[in-house]
Amino acid sequence: MLKYVLRRMTISVIILILISATVFIIFNYLPFDPARLACGKHCTPEVISGNRHRLGLDVNWWVQWWRFMVGLFAGRNFGEGAALIHCSAPAFGYSFTQHACVTTLLGQALPVTVSLAIGAFIMWLALGIALGVISARFRNTWIDRLSTVFVLIGTSLPTFISGLLLLLFVVLKFNLISPLDLGTWHSPLTDPWGWFSSYFWPWISLALIYAATYTRFTRSNVIETSSEDFIRTARAKGVSERKVLWKHTLRPALAPILTIAGLDFAGLLGGAIITEQIFQLPGLGRLTLQAVLQDYDLPVIVATTTLAAAFVVIANLIVDLAYALLDPRIRIS
Amino acid sequence: MKKLLEVKELNVTFPTIDGEVRATVDMNFELNRGETLAIVGESGSGKSVSSLAIMGLHNMARTKITGEVILHGEQKSTEIISASSETVRKLRGKEMAMIFQDPMSSLHPYYSIGAQIAEAWRLHNDGSFNDGMARAIEMLDLVEIPSSTKRAYEFPHQFSGGMRQRAMIAMALVNNPSLLIADEPTTALDVTVQAQILKLLQTMQKEFNMGVILITHDLGVVAEYADRVNVMYAGKIVETAEVEDLYYRSMHPYTMGLLRSIPRVDKIDNGRFKAISGTPPSLINLPNACSFAPRCEYRSQVEGNLCSTGQPALEIKGEKHTARCFLSLNQIERARA
Repeated sequence: MLKYVLRRMTISVIILILISATVFIIFNYLPFDPARLACGKHCTPEVISGNRHRLGLDVNWWVQWWRFMVGLFAGRNFGEGAALIHCSAPAFGYSFTQHACVTTLLGQALPVTVSLAIGAFIMWLALGIALGVISARFRNTWIDRLSTVFVLIGTSLPTFISGLLLLLFVVLKFNLISPLDLGTWHSPLTDPWGWFSSYFWPWISLALIYAATYTRFTRSNVIETSSEDFIRTARAKGVSERKVLWKHTLRPALAPILTIAGLDFAGLLGGAIITEQIFQLPGLGRLTLQAVLQDYDLPVIVATTTLAAAFVVIANLIVDLAYALLDPRIRIS
Repeated sequence: MKKLLEVKELNVTFPTIDGEVRATVDMNFELNRGETLAIVGESGSGKSVSSLAIMGLHNMARTKITGEVILHGEQKSTEIISASSETVRKLRGKEMAMIFQDPMSSLHPYYSIGAQIAEAWRLHNDGSFNDGMARAIEMLDLVEIPSSTKRAYEFPHQFSGGMRQRAMIAMALVNNPSLLIADEPTTALDVTVQAQILKLLQTMQKEFNMGVILITHDLGVVAEYADRVNVMYAGKIVETAEVEDLYYRSMHPYTMGLLRSIPRVDKIDNGRFKAISGTPPSLINLPNACSFAPRCEYRSQVEGNLCSTGQPALEIKGEKHTARCFLSLNQIERARA
């Protein structure tokens, strides 16, 4: 088991290195020149090449990438002379447009995104699994059909519609959140209620979509598992219907859902761009969007992309290990 | 011998969009303690469906069951069909138990063998999980699984096919049931393992004085282990007999066809098997005729096209021997020869 974990971790690290290198390659070949963009309308070649040197873009992509990797572990200096700025490890780079170390920006955005992701995750799992189990249990009755309606609405409404509708007609109309308060950070440690109420509606907006898919998924998995031979065996032993469901059906039915849930959660940790934008949450999604839309802020884009990839890779690893704990057939001896 | 099970006019029907599927029609039989009754027939002949009805394992929302199934337990008798689901649940695994064809898919992949047997015991007895495990280890010893203390904590996928079926048997017998239904218990196993498992079942039957219903399509298994045989075709019992009687004096053309289709070393006929031509009928909207008539090579011997216009009843054709056929005894004798 330990050998397996070590091997998986080594592979994960290699994947992360490859992803960060890929991001550098892609940006090297994009038809934009950040050095040109950074200097406004009337620009002389001297200023542009000065900018290029200052931004660290005057060397090959692999040198840029190598500096990035070294900076991650050793910290890094940006600029020269009086304008010298030091970002300590792990340094993801320096954003000249926002005048801050990228690590600092990430540090501000991450708690927002993590708050959003965790709450939404708990909500959609609880709602999706509960509804899925109920509609499987009462298959083809009105309860099941009602949940199908929910699933259809949830899966067919995109976030930029459901989120906006929620914001306009529920939150703002009934003054559930003050528009001025949108996007203000309340620490869950010092102000739990403020934290909860500022994230509640974004959670709902995200959770509805995921919950719909998870309802469908849970329903079909539970139904499929209940037709397994070992469920018939359980009944033949005299197990009650309630226990057949809770003890014999749910564990094998939910194991594959765990895999998908882990990856979906990790995907959200990388930033929920649309939801964060609608509810003005300054998380990783908005940070990325700004970096892309406004000024090709390469250091920020590299950092958020690599971080999002890292979340997915780590979640993959955790999910695989957790699955092995759930299903004895996958346990590695 | 004490009477254990009575099945009277049992009908199992599945309503579908295309019509009613009559999977078991007017089934009657009895079983005594210590006796083995084989139910033989091809796939879809209704042998599994009827035994699931005896166990009360059908989904009643999608199944119509009429008739009576009376289980004479140690203390009291229960009619299964009309009893509440809770009453039947308490009998399942206690008075009557069942083992299935494929022990791999019939055992829960997520729980250890011992835990599954312990669960079966604790469902009908008061005791802790550890008591259950101790009982499970005893049972594993009884069905001759080596190093049972260690094996009890292992999972089904760590067992071989034969060992899994032994574990299934241990689980079925943990509460000392009086009726055991074995639904093709050896079909998924190697031939050498098959014999061991059947031998084990026989030993267990003596040990617990159980009535056993052995569902199979293997006539070799029947000859070796059964006392009596019900032959089923298209949802109906077409012949019942003591086992030797069935092999030497079969009274129904279908049984004769089955026996002839067994490859025999001493009778090689141009190197070809004698198969029954045609296929079994669909069980939806069966015509008012003998279900076997379209495949029967003797139907022209019955006068007045009776085979295609009427249903034969299960008639007494000999001592403890009944068959569902219009042919006269003389005609049957000639057909058999």
